[in-house]
Amino acid sequence: MEKNNAYRILIAKPGLDGHDRGAKIIVRSLRDAGFEVIYTGIRQTPEMIARTALQEDVDAVGLSLLSGAHMTLFPRVVKLLNENGLGDVLVFGGGIIPEEDMVELKKIGVCGVFGPGTPTTEIASFLQDALDSAAKKA
Amino acid sequence: MAGRRNSISAKELVERVCGGDQGAVSRALTRVTDETAGLYEDIAKSFFPFHGNSPTIGLCGSPGSGKSSLVNELVRRIRKRGDTVAVLAVDPTSAYTGGAFLGDRIRVQEHALDKGVFFRSLATRGMVGGLNETIFAAIHVLEAYETGNGKNGFDWILIETVGTGQDEVEVADVVDTVICVTAPYQGDEFQAMKAGTMEIADIFAVNKADLEEVDKAVANIKDALSLGPDEEEGKWVVPVHAVSARTGQGIDDLLASAEEHGTYLKESGEITDRRKRHLRKELSLLISRLIMRNTLDRVTEGHIKSLMDKKSDPLTLSQELLGAGI
Repeated sequence: MEKNNAYRILIAKPGLDGHDRGAKIIVRSLRDAGFEVIYTGIRQTPEMIARTALQEDVDAVGLSLLSGAHMTLFPRVVKLLNENGLGDVLVFGGGIIPEEDMVELKKIGVCGVFGPGTPTTEIASFLQDALDSAAKKA
Repeated sequence: MAGRRNSISAKELVERVCGGDQGAVSRALTRVTDETAGLYEDIAKSFFPFHGNSPTIGLCGSPGSGKSSLVNELVRRIRKRGDTVAVLAVDPTSAYTGGAFLGDRIRVQEHALDKGVFFRSLATRGMVGGLNETIFAAIHVLEAYETGNGKNGFDWILIETVGTGQDEVEVADVVDTVICVTAPYQGDEFQAMKAGTMEIADIFAVNKADLEEVDKAVANIKDALSLGPDEEEGKWVVPVHAVSARTGQGIDDLLASAEEHGTYLKESGEITDRRKRHLRKELSLLISRLIMRNTLDRVTEGHIKSLMDKKSDPLTLSQELLGAGI
């Protein structure tokens, strides 16, 4: 089923790191690529992120983290989304994330992990393609 | 994703909303605001009978006047009283890309885990006037939700409009009570005399009262209001509150005014007129949308060619297309 309107994306900053320039750049670039983007602001718990995703009924959640706590916080967000019946919301992430962690994160359902220097257009087309193909399957 | 949203039947979704399931509220909101053919009609019709269940308060005002921060403070006080509250916050859709940054939520995340608060961001998706065309259908979903105290509808519904300029009067046709938010340094007494948003306020909130010149801003609005007809006995007198979302000053009084206005509407019978106005607006928004969609779908390349070749003109063609559709 094709969607009438723009896809809705939640960009969230889990944990205690307050550096959100990266998250803001993603918000801005996705807005410019035609998505409806919601931003949580910094210092969110995984519980807050899952509940926000539920209330906003988003198609995807993007997690931005620079503190190194991604292996703790990303899986927790994925788990809570599943528990809230949001298992088919696409989860992607970015920040300072070593390659071996990227592999692990993909295994637990974080579909795309984008490091520093990724062109913003690459992230937008990744989302567009992934969400379009999920919508077609439905 | 679409699959998740679409897999539940309309009937089940309606039952779950009326049974107090916030996940279902969220999905129902997506369906009625997306208006995907075949998915929203039954839901919209089922929720309509709940209209009028919740008092609705609209906040309008220019960008950066502090509407979202005020919403946050109002929500905190509403929750302190033990009431439930839903917020619909509208931000602009880009006319160029169709995208939007829905940023109101950042100010209210302290309530993210509170089950008595439901917050949803909406994009304007092309509507002018500070709202979204499907706002009524969204409100009815919130009016149908069973809040846990045995009744349908949140105790309060707050609607935060896009922070547009002087002309966002649509909100007055949608909500029971309009709070117009302004701030110091936003203009002198002549600004306050202008038509537009200044006309529709049931309550004024001069935010950022922690700044200097707040007294002047309050006085400007009071002066402008005093130029109108004399107060009639029994009629609502528009209060002007100096408030600060930063310090919390005046917010209790603002909430008290909103509640008094709700009581006034009921006791004076004015609520009936307002609700009629809302229904008229809801109907007209829907009619124009359906006609537009229906008619534009029938515009062919042939029609455009006939204009190109000067064999027809836009007025004749519009009349033909509309005639065929009605």
